Amino acid sequence: MKKKALMAVLLITAMQTVHAQQYFTTTGFAGFYSKTSLEDIKAENNQVFAVIDVTNKKLAFSMLLNGFVFTKELMQEHFNENYVESDKYPKATFTGTYSDNIDLTKGGDITVHVSGTLSLHGVSKPFTTTATLNMANGILTGKATFQLTPGDFNISIPSLVRNKIADKMDVNITANCKPKN
Amino acid sequence: MYKYRFLIITILLVFSVTCKAQDTSLLKMLDDSMTSTKKHIPVTGTFKGTHIINIQSVEAPAKQVLLFWIMHRFGQLSDGGYQLFGLDNATMRFGFDYGITDRLSIGVGRSTFEKTFDGTIKYKALRQTEDNSMPITADLFGGIYYKTLKYDDKPYLNTAYRTSYAAELLLARKFSRDLSIQLTPIWLHYNLVQTTSDKNNIFAMSVGGRIKLTRRTSFNAEYDYLPEGQVKSMTVHSSLSLGFDIETGGHVFQLHITNSQGMIDPVFIAQTTGTWGKGNLFFGFNVSRAFNTGKKAKQVN
Repeated sequence: MKKKALMAVLLITAMQTVHAQQYFTTTGFAGFYSKTSLEDIKAENNQVFAVIDVTNKKLAFSMLLNGFVFTKELMQEHFNENYVESDKYPKATFTGTYSDNIDLTKGGDITVHVSGTLSLHGVSKPFTTTATLNMANGILTGKATFQLTPGDFNISIPSLVRNKIADKMDVNITANCKPKN
Repeated sequence: MYKYRFLIITILLVFSVTCKAQDTSLLKMLDDSMTSTKKHIPVTGTFKGTHIINIQSVEAPAKQVLLFWIMHRFGQLSDGGYQLFGLDNATMRFGFDYGITDRLSIGVGRSTFEKTFDGTIKYKALRQTEDNSMPITADLFGGIYYKTLKYDDKPYLNTAYRTSYAAELLLARKFSRDLSIQLTPIWLHYNLVQTTSDKNNIFAMSVGGRIKLTRRTSFNAEYDYLPEGQVKSMTVHSSLSLGFDIETGGHVFQLHITNSQGMIDPVFIAQTTGTWGKGNLFFGFNVSRAFNTGKKAKQVN
């Protein structure tokens, strides 16, 4: 009898994984900004792939670094060639979880604490930030704003341009995810 | 009891396995859909500059970017200490290149040699893509060269006689992040040549390339092969140039040694009189500065 019950638990667990409710997008947004008195840098990517699994409270982001569009073409070339080396390390990814017990059906912005692994330029780092989730009309929007330090990811900035590039980049992420299938 | 414990462990194991699989499978799922929607992304940075050394490279200023070039070639190293190994006899060219679109650019320049003005146009017809659906970059290049030097003894030199042309097909491939090679078939036309035995139409082939030494510096080499029998009134040689590119933000510095003192195609391709063997070498440098002129560049908030 006990055995049967346990089998049922097992099956239910398996079922849950199969029917995990996932929200997905291929047109998420990522932007980063650097401001110094000498030069402002703005780079935006509208081809961010993101998935949020609300059943298991897991999420993942992946983007091609050469998808970032800069206001200056030369900056874009230097970003890809000299800084992130997108030929060697084409993607930036994040995979993680949010732990908070939240009720998405309530609507409105709900703040969650996200933690996981951020990978960029061949370096993977544990990373935590706060983010907001918002469920409206069946679309789950995830947003996060945080700062990244290029040096943490082995991205070296030569002294000649040191004062044109901020020590920390302001990063904005927005993903409007639709239910998957 | 034993069975019970066994089952608990199994459940825990299964559960933890599903957890793990989930974590990576989310990322894997993203990667899979990314691969299936991958576009043909054009390769960037085949060369650092719009010139390999003397010859035009497949690179051109991006849309609404104005590129300012200053090029210097000093005198021959073989001139010796009296001329400070050529530093006393510099010739130079300066020029502006402007990107009308990301594929089309135009340029104007002036060289001190024979007080020559030049106008150029470059069109990027094919772009190499990262997935190799297009394996090469191909540019069409056209140049018109007009020398304004006054000759008291040659009053017949009218506009037509002072003009020459260049048409080139630039074929380049970035083989890896470190190695790029360019082949350039060249057709030059001179409205006036020195003697009747010289050809008005000259065909040449250039091969050039770069090997990156660090992320911001590269070693460049260029050989502009001029088949014999086309220029007879003077002894001319093919042009061989070796140099380094150093890129710093908006500047590209190119330092090189070459047996050609001219910096425009009709001069360095078919009027190179020096050879490496005799020490007829010229030290030179090119410096470029990029200026963004478009509205887009100013919209940074």
